[in-house]
Amino acid sequence: MSEAIVITSGKGGVGKTTACANLGVALASLGHKVVLVDADIGLRNLDVVMGLENRIVYDLVDVVEGFCRLRQALIKDKRLDGLFLLPAAQTKDKTSVTPDQMKQLVEQLKEEYDYILVDCPAGIEQGFKNAIAGADRALIVTTPEVAAVRDADRIIGLLESSGFDDPGLIVNRIRPKMVAKGDMMDIPDIIDILAIRLMGVVPDDEYIVVSTNRGEPAALAANKSKAGQAFMNIARRILGEEVPFLDLNEQETFWEKLLRLIKTG
Amino acid sequence: MFGWFSRKQQSKNVARDRLKLVLMQDRMALAPHTMEEMKDAVIMAISRFVEIDEEGLEFEWKGNERNKALVANIPVRSVRRRAKAID
Repeated sequence: MSEAIVITSGKGGVGKTTACANLGVALASLGHKVVLVDADIGLRNLDVVMGLENRIVYDLVDVVEGFCRLRQALIKDKRLDGLFLLPAAQTKDKTSVTPDQMKQLVEQLKEEYDYILVDCPAGIEQGFKNAIAGADRALIVTTPEVAAVRDADRIIGLLESSGFDDPGLIVNRIRPKMVAKGDMMDIPDIIDILAIRLMGVVPDDEYIVVSTNRGEPAALAANKSKAGQAFMNIARRILGEEVPFLDLNEQETFWEKLLRLIKTG
Repeated sequence: MFGWFSRKQQSKNVARDRLKLVLMQDRMALAPHTMEEMKDAVIMAISRFVEIDEEGLEFEWKGNERNKALVANIPVRSVRRRAKAID
């Protein structure tokens, strides 16, 4: 039974594309057949995050317009068996595709893949409507900031009115030290306010910057970084496993605490 | 310099409170015309059975999170005689 999952957020720049790439890698490395669909038409990014930008021939719009067959547009990731990317078009815009066409496309992909991960563009307009059209469930990415959580709330409302009854939340870029100091909203606060199921917490991790520079998602070497591990755990939760949340607490050392007290005193 | 006790409120609490306020406004903002429509529909439905005092009608949301309760206070003037016969 295959499943289409849309990864969305409302606000831009919170890590949707990174989450999509890493969850795709994680699910594929757990033995599933996965296709990543970049629904951000006009602002193609998933290809570079995946490191597959040099292999694009056809794109999503070409498929929808019947300019090529679906199979021709799919790029196979050589690092993992069963991982594919359907890139977005870069020269078209969101209106080149309709929700019905997206739905059809996802249905077609379901015949061949276990998981279809749709990377949703920022915003709540046509691109969002396209991205959620064929999805069975939704994951919302947010960061511990007022603006990002506010947009997540709006998205949750829109998803609910489109029939998504149990979306999951990924809190990205949490900084445990700042949380410990009381300078960043913590997970219980966010969950309490949004009243939504928590799917995962990903720490702010320099390794993500490095891995994105190289086009090698952190989950390819999950044991090398906390963020990679966190994405691997989310993938397991997607599969229905009960996985405990990572312990991200790096307590302040005595000297850090003393310095802070002196500075803020 | 050692005024630890006068430290400013932790910024995470400031963020949480601002967020709660802005979400309350956001969530309410989606409601106004829906409220009016709903009110009319409820009045119509109830008026088939009882005569109500539309002036004294109160209709409001209680609760402040996503889960709200709709509380209606509907003063009844009289019960219509043949309410049961209406189909």
